[in-house]
Amino acid sequence: MNKLFITASAVALSLAMSAGVAAARDQVQVAGSSTVLPYAKIVAERFGETFSNFKTPVVESGGSGAGIKEFCKGAGVDTIDIANSSRAMKDSEVESCKTNGVADIQEVRFGYDGIVFATDSAGPDWKLNPADVYKALAAKIAIDGKLVDNPNTKWNQVNPALPDWDIAAYIPGEKHGTREVFEEKMLIAGCKESGGIEAAVAGGMDEKAAESACKAVRKDGKAVDIDGDYTETLARIDSNKQGVGVFGLSFYENNADKLKVADVSGITPSVETVASGEYPVSRPLFFYVKKAHLGVVTGLKEYVEFFLDDQMVGPDGPLAEYGLVPAPDAERQEQRDAFTGGKTM
Amino acid sequence: MTDIAATALPVASRPSRRDIGLKKRYAAEARFRMYGIAAITFGLMFLAIMLGSIVSKGYTAFWQTTITLPVTFDPALIDPQDKRASDPSVLVKANYDKIAQQALAAKLGINPGDKSMMARLKGILSDSGRIQLRDMLVADPSLMGRTVEVSILASANMDSAFKGQIDLSVPEARRKVKDQQVTWMNQLAAEGVLTKQFNTGLFTFGASSRPETSGLGVAIAGSLYMMGIVLVLALLIGVAASIYLEEFAAKSRLTDLIEVNINNLAAVPSIVFGLLGLAVFINFLGMPRSAAVVGGITLSLMTLPTIIIATRAALAAVPPSIRQAALGLGASRMQMVFHHVLPLAMPGILTGTIIGLARALGETAPLLLIGMVAFVADYPATPLDPATALPVQIYMWANEAERAFVERMSGAIIILLVFLMAMNLTAILLRRKFERRW
Repeated sequence: MNKLFITASAVALSLAMSAGVAAARDQVQVAGSSTVLPYAKIVAERFGETFSNFKTPVVESGGSGAGIKEFCKGAGVDTIDIANSSRAMKDSEVESCKTNGVADIQEVRFGYDGIVFATDSAGPDWKLNPADVYKALAAKIAIDGKLVDNPNTKWNQVNPALPDWDIAAYIPGEKHGTREVFEEKMLIAGCKESGGIEAAVAGGMDEKAAESACKAVRKDGKAVDIDGDYTETLARIDSNKQGVGVFGLSFYENNADKLKVADVSGITPSVETVASGEYPVSRPLFFYVKKAHLGVVTGLKEYVEFFLDDQMVGPDGPLAEYGLVPAPDAERQEQRDAFTGGKTM
Repeated sequence: MTDIAATALPVASRPSRRDIGLKKRYAAEARFRMYGIAAITFGLMFLAIMLGSIVSKGYTAFWQTTITLPVTFDPALIDPQDKRASDPSVLVKANYDKIAQQALAAKLGINPGDKSMMARLKGILSDSGRIQLRDMLVADPSLMGRTVEVSILASANMDSAFKGQIDLSVPEARRKVKDQQVTWMNQLAAEGVLTKQFNTGLFTFGASSRPETSGLGVAIAGSLYMMGIVLVLALLIGVAASIYLEEFAAKSRLTDLIEVNINNLAAVPSIVFGLLGLAVFINFLGMPRSAAVVGGITLSLMTLPTIIIATRAALAAVPPSIRQAALGLGASRMQMVFHHVLPLAMPGILTGTIIGLARALGETAPLLLIGMVAFVADYPATPLDPATALPVQIYMWANEAERAFVERMSGAIIILLVFLMAMNLTAILLRRKFERRW
């Protein structure tokens, strides 16, 4: 019995140890943004189907920040090759990459994503302006040139054209890249429109402090941070028919029978209006490639080139069909050239 | 009894003593029973709600809408320049979408020249049909020019519409399935071309961005690898540690400290083990990310305390007389343990192990940090290849935008529950079969 015991332990231990020797990888590893994940999945799957000599890349989700952190851990086959991100890499992140030996990073901007406000499909039509969103959801708003605690409890107090609904908004939590766009394009823009910045500056703040005061969201339960994915926001709207949720355009398009989308500044969000830049709340989507891994990890270069091919990111490709807003022709060509040319950040 | 009481205590002096509280005590007991029944009912109610909602949403995932069509592998479409003899890659690159569309158009009686009608045909057949036809022809080039019956999956939207999961009363512009497509769907269903079949793909496909071709295959493989590793590592290390602690080690402050720590570890949140796995196995030992082997070792660490506690309890439950008898007949301590104590404690050890394994099977949090919450389409050939796990696949599907993933998620939960139930049932049966009473 004990001989068996010792042999079995030895086998288990050697199995564990053999794993420690990392060989050159033949499978691309990607991590990052949950907004980019569906697109990366579509490309990865088709890449595996099209090239039978390459393995299908592994795509992890977990958020832009987490993906970039993993990406910046170092160079070498035991680190990931690509970080997906729904925002541009920050300077501090580039710095931390450099100190860890990831000096050459290739940035790829592959398309755009719209951010939409939507309510239950049975509700009335909504026409929002950034100022309405700011006045409904900010912690402090400007009244008569002074910043006061937000007194609004109903949407029609904010703007008489809006319905007589209690304010209940489900907005992306702080860890999402979407939150940043929401703050910048709605809260700060609305703050400027409605004179909140001047009020804050008049109250003795500098420009920067005034902006961060603008984007502070009320904490009295009328604006709810959603840390999960859009499915959670959808569930919240299902249970509160008078709730307003923030979604990605592609998520809305996949659930258009359950949701009604709001116009922002008079523009109905759609792939066309986001692509033309008319619809104001949109952002570019990125992925970052570790240049040192090109040629080391099998299939990495081919994967990026496949991703950037018009068959994928073009207006008739599967990504656009899923809800990606394709970049203009010239920009797509520019991104392809930048990648093949080896341009780094 | 009453006689004795009557003679011992004069009835007159303490007339009411025996009545005191009797009614109250009965009432209290009745109340307590009611509380108990209420508590159980409450628990059962929630179990019923949970199972009801999962099963009602998920049972449809076990059927998949399939369209069976006579498909013609037309050489004029696949290989118009007739180069396949010299360049076999022509067969791989051909436009199989068009072949599938034409087969569908022929079935519906649509003129292939009618561009607007042909455009609406898109989105009825799954995009995977293209790959399916390509692989058929590459595997058997003699199909060229012939017409064969092929079952192609319907697209996820068609599938949802056929199962009645898409609300067709909302305006056409706001749904993914158009009126014309619904008409065709009903026509095909009436002809028996479009049917619901058992969804074997749910068990065999890997992850996919298309709901109709996504399945639990990779997740089940990953979970099996991990369970194997957990079983070997945690059982061996756990049993060895418990035997030493229970049978050989002298009671000292050190062993007390170890015991406190083991009990403590059993209550540590599983995410902590994930952090440990990331720091030690991936960052320090350089093991591959997303691999089942790292997940297995991490989950082993998590399961160890449970197994050690169960094994020590099982060993302690073996009566000392058996040990004394063995020693008295001249057995060494090791012989005593391995010939007598361990076999008798085995049912308890196995029960503890299976319960620990069941917990490990349902764990997602530690896997998040070691990169196993990922899109993995290829089957892992060895435990060193990237894989996912059953609960991870459920989590990933829960976050998908497409409607068709909702039923798949619930279907996957049903499968996971069946696995867990089978394991727990095995634990109970093993205990029943081998349990001894002294």
